[in-house]
Amino acid sequence: MALEWKFTAKEIAEKPELFMSGHRACAGCAPATVHRLILKAVRGPTIATNSTGCMEVTSTIYPFTAWKIPWIHTAFENVAANASGIEAALKILKRKGKLKHEHVDVIALAGDGGTFDIGIQALSGAVERGHDFLYVLYDNEAYMNTGIQRSGGTPLGAWTTTSPAGKKIPGKPQLKKPIANIMVAHEMPYVATASPAYWIDLLKKARKGLEVEGPAFLHVIAPCPRGWRSDPSKSIEISRLAVETCVFPLWEAIDGEYNLSAPSKVIALRPERKKAMEEYLKTQGRFRHLFTPEFKHIIGKIQEVVDRRWQRLLKKCGMA
Amino acid sequence: MNTQEKKSWKEIPMAGVCWVPSTAYLTGDWRTYRPILDSEKCTRCMLCHIYCPDGAIAWKAETNEMVINYDYCKGCGICEVECPVDAISMKLEGEG
Repeated sequence: MALEWKFTAKEIAEKPELFMSGHRACAGCAPATVHRLILKAVRGPTIATNSTGCMEVTSTIYPFTAWKIPWIHTAFENVAANASGIEAALKILKRKGKLKHEHVDVIALAGDGGTFDIGIQALSGAVERGHDFLYVLYDNEAYMNTGIQRSGGTPLGAWTTTSPAGKKIPGKPQLKKPIANIMVAHEMPYVATASPAYWIDLLKKARKGLEVEGPAFLHVIAPCPRGWRSDPSKSIEISRLAVETCVFPLWEAIDGEYNLSAPSKVIALRPERKKAMEEYLKTQGRFRHLFTPEFKHIIGKIQEVVDRRWQRLLKKCGMA
Repeated sequence: MNTQEKKSWKEIPMAGVCWVPSTAYLTGDWRTYRPILDSEKCTRCMLCHIYCPDGAIAWKAETNEMVINYDYCKGCGICEVECPVDAISMKLEGEG
């Protein structure tokens, strides 16, 4: 692997905005921040492809487009298949000497619905075939674009319109699918999780994913103020809390070898810095019902799941 | 660019290709609260530029200043919350 990419905040600020202003995402949309930052990490000519989802809908409302790079929209289920096709076409063009550029990167961007549920078979197939592309999953934990329906990425106890919190049911009764671990099980060269709050970490991981030969998968948490019923100004703060409470730990797996990233390593070395789940839950209205007497026990259950997954991760990283 | 002008089906690009940059659409009128930047307090850490979902805060290298573009700012307030030196304050639109 190439030398680690080093940069300063001013260098990032001077880079052109490839994801332009004027897109129609809601105020305080963290996925928009994620897209801006990912496109600041590109190293040269890049083609992006987007599956259906919030960022596809809001960035290209006909005839407007927020993308300053070649961009293709594809259906919910096949963004990875689309990226494989682009990569294969580039390979052939290069072989025939028809490609002007030395190398063109391919980025596939999809939300949690297009990855956890609908797009997983295309993703699994593309990774198995070993296409050279970066897959970015911006995880806002439900189908926000169509009006907050539950997805495989919605966490336990979260309210959505299809997992409503009522008298008997405390929001979504199932757990969140550990998608990044499923991708590691594909024995792919690079898998990482990132949070926009730790932007240096996010940019470095995006660049690493592009530089690596073969498929790379980046799972980014991206709070959605409309769907999470949170304050728009707190989007970045919530994505930081997600790391501090270990509900979304940051790690990378290079060729299946797990490694904790700095923000989570600090918590692993000093367990007293790990915050309680309540702090994360109370920032979001979608967990409001958990603070009533009848559903109070669900918080303990959530904490148990988070602790179990965190301990399992520590073991994989050799830090337990 | 006038996006209201009607084009016939023969004139528009094929396959639904979008041809107008989104910067032609101003989202500034969505705003309820207006971020006000205090250049005296600002340390040019760039965090507001980095976290802004709309890319509405830019750094002018020539004058070493952070500039908020009110044409695109949706007034979410992320910059106010994330500013480490409290140089940005949110004021209700229309108030002094």
